[in-house]
Amino acid sequence: MSKQGVNPDELSQPFWDAANNNKLMIQNCITCDRLQHPPESECRDCENGELEWKEMSGKGKIYNYVVVYDCPVRMLQEDQPFNVAVVMLDEDPGIQMYSHLPGVPADEVPVGANVEVIFEKLPNGQNVPEWKISN
Amino acid sequence: MATENAPQSMYRSEEGLGIWEHRGKVAAVGIGHSPTERRWDGSRDTSVGALSILALRKAMEDAGVTPDQVDGLVITPVTTTGAFWPEEDPLPWDVIKSYNQTDDPLDGIAKLSAEWLLKNMPELTNVKYTQYGPTCMSNALNVASQAVGDGLTNVCLVLKAWHNLPGRYYQSGPNAHDAIQGTSAIRTLWGAPACSGTALQFAEYCRKYGKTHDMMAPFMINSRRNGLMMPEGYWYQHRPEELTAEDYEYARWIAKPANLFDNDIPIMMAGAYLFATSERAKDMKQKPVYILNHASSEAIPRSLTPSLDEVEAETASTARKIYEGAGITAADLSFENMYDGFPQFHQFHIEGLGYRGIKFGEALDFYQTDISIEGPNPVSPSGGNIGAGRSRVWLHTDSIQQIQGRAGARAVTGVKPEIAVSGGPMPLGGNYTVWSATPD
Ligand SMILES: [Zn+2]
Repeated sequence: MSKQGVNPDELSQPFWDAANNNKLMIQNCITCDRLQHPPESECRDCENGELEWKEMSGKGKIYNYVVVYDCPVRMLQEDQPFNVAVVMLDEDPGIQMYSHLPGVPADEVPVGANVEVIFEKLPNGQNVPEWKISN
Repeated sequence: MATENAPQSMYRSEEGLGIWEHRGKVAAVGIGHSPTERRWDGSRDTSVGALSILALRKAMEDAGVTPDQVDGLVITPVTTTGAFWPEEDPLPWDVIKSYNQTDDPLDGIAKLSAEWLLKNMPELTNVKYTQYGPTCMSNALNVASQAVGDGLTNVCLVLKAWHNLPGRYYQSGPNAHDAIQGTSAIRTLWGAPACSGTALQFAEYCRKYGKTHDMMAPFMINSRRNGLMMPEGYWYQHRPEELTAEDYEYARWIAKPANLFDNDIPIMMAGAYLFATSERAKDMKQKPVYILNHASSEAIPRSLTPSLDEVEAETASTARKIYEGAGITAADLSFENMYDGFPQFHQFHIEGLGYRGIKFGEALDFYQTDISIEGPNPVSPSGGNIGAGRSRVWLHTDSIQQIQGRAGARAVTGVKPEIAVSGGPMPLGGNYTVWSATPD
């Protein structure tokens, strides 16, 4: 898939740095012991808790998907149609991540299947977490 | 001081607030619409600013109110969801300079401030209160209702306008770049179109309840039919074509299970209303439509996209707020005009309301029954964004017109139009108004 490059900003830097080390890290409020994704500048629940970055197992399940035929992102248009799946993390099914599910044909997505994280290199050298069906 | 977004305290976003303190004391009277266009042609008289001025003047005229009697103006300053002025494009200075400008050259072209309107409507000599209701007419209506009730304004214009530019929606800006910023990339890197969030919820809904995409067809056909009886609307004015089940089912996919018709068409338009205290409204030219309540949903999803569980919990909560503040139940609704642009969430809104007793998972079966304006269970008599184009205004215009007896060919005939609810946009994050023929 011809994804765009990613330039990490201050808020997301730890997430993208972890990906470059082949790790999946998600923001966590220590006070609430609650994950949040995408990251925010404060905990959405308690607003003043101390935030940390927590390493995930990289295991999840396919929760849902759409098949994209008309994509607003120019670089991805040559890959149409393609899957955009929503993965929920085993650590907390409330935490979602998108995936193109590399290798899974369009519209043949096994909802409920176990997946594990892989890392894909973007055109500007940044790694991004992606997902593959577990054996 | 520049106009600001309404403070949080103006919204009724919690359950348990009881009857709205201004129930029946605020009324909508006048309606004003500009013509619609698919895109801006670059001329002065069709700019979003020009359309807005036209709609506001029509709303005053419709109510029989002179401009000097207006003392409030509540508008939505954003005039698009995806047609932003491309950074590299030259500004249309001939049009910009033909109006009285603010500091922002795109004011009146690709956005709208209350200050721009007041500079270019010199007849509004007594406006002392201006406020923004962000995003939608639904939001601006809540703000105007509360402002009139609170006595901040007695005769208030409310406006929402839309511009649309040449080129495809959403395809300029970061979507055309080779690299994007890291936090937004967590949502946008996978290229899911705008309808994807709703399509995901619809997919989960179909799996959970055993429903199929083609079951939406009667709703889509009904919406187009109603929209083709909305003379203010885009499809009526420019493309008077009925929609068939085949048209709908065989349309190309955008993000399956959402196809072309599961997306509303972006247009240019402006819609305005004149609100007043019920006391002032009595002497105006049109029959007052009383506001029994306004309510808001401010829920945000836990992660990237709302789950069906989150959607159902929130629409149920929103309905409780709507009914509680108005002092009504679902049985009191003559009809419903909940938002439909995306149509695949209309069923969430009406299931949350329990419209005609339907429960979660039942709306698509309900769509297979008589949902026409002639029947006992009218669904979206305005035709909504699907039947009239992307404005998020028709639902309110229709609710007011039905109750005033001014809905023309669209008039509901299977029920007496007495109490209605309209609003949106999203199941998580919306604003709602309860309209009534009588103040009590
Ligand atoms: Zn916290």
